[in-house]
Amino acid sequence: MTDILLKVRHLSVDFPLQKDIVHAVRDVSFDLRRGETLCVVGESGSGKSVTARAVMQLVAEPGRIVAGQVHLAGPDGDTDIVALGNRGAAIRAIRGRRIAMIFQEPMTSLSPVHTIGQQIIEMIRLHEKIDKADARRRAAQLLDRVRIPDPEAALDRYAFEFSGGMRQRAMIAMALSCNPEILIADEPTTALDVTTQAEILALIRGLQQERGMAVLFITHDMGVVAQIADRVLVMYQGRMIEEAGVFDLFAKPREAYTRALLGSVLKLESPGPRPVRPQTEQAVMAISDLCLHFPLGQRARAGGSVKAVDGVSLTINTGETVGIVGESGSGKTTLGRTLLRIYPPTSGQVTYTRDDGSKVDIATLSKTQMKALYGEVRMVFQDPHASLNPRMTIARIIAEPLRINTALSDREIRDRVGQLLERVGMPTDIGDRYPHAFSGGQRQRIAIARAIALRPRLIVADEPTSALDVSLRHQVLDLMRDLQTDYGLSYLFISHDIAVVRYFCDRVAVMKNGRIVEIGDVAQICEHPGHPYTKALIGAVPRPDPTLRPDVQIRVQA
Amino acid sequence: MTAPVPPSDGADLLDRQTAAGSLHAAGQWALIWHKFRRHKVAYASLILVGLIYLVALFAEALAPSDPGKFDPRYTFAPPQAISLFAPDGAGGTRFVPHVTGFDITLDQQSFRRVFVPDPDQIIPIGLFVRGDPYRMWGLFDTDLHLIGPLDPGQPMFLLGADRLGRDLLSRIIHGTRVSMSIGLVGVGLSLFIGMVLGGVSGYYGGLTDRAIQRVIEFIRSIPTIPLWLGLAAAMPKEWPPLQVYFAILVILSLVGWTEIARVVRGRFLSLRTEDFVIAARLDGVSEYRLIMTHMMPSLYSHIIAAITLAIPNMILAETALSFLGLGLQPPIVSWGVLLQDTQNLRAITQAPWLFAPGVVVVVAVLALNFLGDGLRDAADPYEK
Repeated sequence: MTDILLKVRHLSVDFPLQKDIVHAVRDVSFDLRRGETLCVVGESGSGKSVTARAVMQLVAEPGRIVAGQVHLAGPDGDTDIVALGNRGAAIRAIRGRRIAMIFQEPMTSLSPVHTIGQQIIEMIRLHEKIDKADARRRAAQLLDRVRIPDPEAALDRYAFEFSGGMRQRAMIAMALSCNPEILIADEPTTALDVTTQAEILALIRGLQQERGMAVLFITHDMGVVAQIADRVLVMYQGRMIEEAGVFDLFAKPREAYTRALLGSVLKLESPGPRPVRPQTEQAVMAISDLCLHFPLGQRARAGGSVKAVDGVSLTINTGETVGIVGESGSGKTTLGRTLLRIYPPTSGQVTYTRDDGSKVDIATLSKTQMKALYGEVRMVFQDPHASLNPRMTIARIIAEPLRINTALSDREIRDRVGQLLERVGMPTDIGDRYPHAFSGGQRQRIAIARAIALRPRLIVADEPTSALDVSLRHQVLDLMRDLQTDYGLSYLFISHDIAVVRYFCDRVAVMKNGRIVEIGDVAQICEHPGHPYTKALIGAVPRPDPTLRPDVQIRVQA
Repeated sequence: MTAPVPPSDGADLLDRQTAAGSLHAAGQWALIWHKFRRHKVAYASLILVGLIYLVALFAEALAPSDPGKFDPRYTFAPPQAISLFAPDGAGGTRFVPHVTGFDITLDQQSFRRVFVPDPDQIIPIGLFVRGDPYRMWGLFDTDLHLIGPLDPGQPMFLLGADRLGRDLLSRIIHGTRVSMSIGLVGVGLSLFIGMVLGGVSGYYGGLTDRAIQRVIEFIRSIPTIPLWLGLAAAMPKEWPPLQVYFAILVILSLVGWTEIARVVRGRFLSLRTEDFVIAARLDGVSEYRLIMTHMMPSLYSHIIAAITLAIPNMILAETALSFLGLGLQPPIVSWGVLLQDTQNLRAITQAPWLFAPGVVVVVAVLALNFLGDGLRDAADPYEK
């Protein structure tokens, strides 16, 4: 028996559309050896997920494998998975039993109407003829193996009772239930918080070493690659660009694309150039003891409520960028939205200093008084696909705030829209197109153009880069910084990504459960975090440097 | 392996997109159309529905004869087939589009007319022939018919005749106008009520929403047939047919609006929290403009789909009521009125062609349902 478990040769997958064919995967060949982790990395649309699904014969309609073979080594010779077709007993005997897969969304890949135990037991009994009690015992062992506390009780619980990380563990337990030789993990940690991600990565790595499984790991995150990969396959537009060992790839990437990709990742590893802060700070917004409590359905009468924002005090100075970091559910997005009165705060003050020096308390303003501030305090949303009305042209979207808040003529508005597009680095003649014609990065530029149309003084930016590919992130951040220098803007920059915050912010506040646990200078928080939560958060961020891996460190010490 | 261009966010990507051309400057309707056309059945249904409404529009000209014209000689005359060639008497054939006449005998036992096609009686027919006079759309008088016998006095019953010897095809064609328009106008009325109440319910939420929803649930819980029967029975008998027609419309709409109100409410609820609606609110857009220019365009396509799916319900309701004799009354001709003739056994045994209006109802309702399905699938071209 050879060491090579899976041989993929000249694999091509096409998606025939109405008029043309999208070549999602073009002529990809690689080997997967026993006990190794092969990372397939690429940006969105690079064909990495389709490659993984093709190995399982799970390509979604109307996609088809048009060429190539996938040889799975077995005790009696190789089996070509492509030749098996995508239905029938032969491929089902391989799926789950010899090759198992875990998906990105643990929320949707587990059945909501069956207990975790039922799902794992079904999986075991599908492939092995053992009775229910034995299968249940095996399932409990598996849950224990993926470190779910109290596995016996967990078997009888439903997926919605578990957190995202626990669900992903249950998914892994299910995938491992038949001792597969190959585990395909399709962005298994993308939907998880960074501390949970670190735990799941450690778990996958541990299980792999214990069982000698081969892991095909799909990700877009170079940090994750550096943490987990043995070898790396870089994909771009359906093609294999480069294949190398993880240390070689990070130390001396051969191809221009890999260099560019690593460059944009590494650029975010160090603080970007920041304008020097003035001696005396002038506050543009002072938040003091802000609270937002959502009453909890039936328990509302008993005083039960979710404290989404729980006594936050924070000052944003003129021309300053203040970052808010925290995991999902920490209340950072709610805080940003409360500042614009999208949600009315329960208590506290938000003192905003207007251009003429007068102060207003946003927390108590009426609707009409608030309208006057919409031109000065603006917002940039996380998902540029959702924040631009798909039924309006770009010109209309950007012109909307001008049309409402200024007395400009149609002609002046058109000129101004052109200038704005130019300012955010877009061609000026795209006004008659619709948002769907643009990529995520371009759309975010358009959203920024809309935000700066009225010359605001403060922009609340809610994860403006997290929906973007890594190579686009620093471009958007650089654009935002240029605008800041030009217009003297202040930003409240909400993000879950420490790297982005370190690159872009002056100060940073760390939020947990609706409270700020630590606030301070970016460099100080990132290098010398004081609060244990901040330490855990920063320690869990996967660094795009394979030499910093725990196992490598141990080897070096030994 | 060639090194590809590093992904850039700049002009080259735009250039490539422009080169790819096509849909980038396309508005929502172009996208919906693009997506809709891929749904083959729905596309075919669209054409069929279009044809049916054309028939309704040009009913007088398309029908071979006047729907009220009766001829006791041809009571329950069976359908005649069209042949294109007839013997020319010299042993050959010549091109004469025609139907064959009948040899009518009276069965002395059952006092029934027996129609035997007589190949020697050739009734030549043609396109654009002169026939019964009519007033087109109330504008001008003419007597031109698309198809008919060259001699207006001769019988031509392509789908047979009813118990008064009236041409069934002509009656179905005229019935199309009433039945299809009752669907369209009835839905128009329920659309108005549904959009207003559904919109208010979805946009404001809270107590208003709850009150309107309870009303909808109450109306939907009433069994419709008894409700219609009751309302229709309450109509004074002496009302002229046109007034009855409008009364029936109102009755159907009073129940029909609930479905549309629910669709509109659901869309408003989900749109209210969309980022682009919040963004518009942060632009300082007024409430009226927010609803009319930012939210409404996202609803149009869904509403059209809801309408298309509501029309067949209206048609079926009208057919059912008229069939039971509680809806429209003769001399108004609708598919349901025509089907009244099939209520007795004699129709089944002697004149099965009287069921033709039923077939037409099935075809029209199926086509509208498929069309509605296709529209609903295509309604949101931005969904992934």
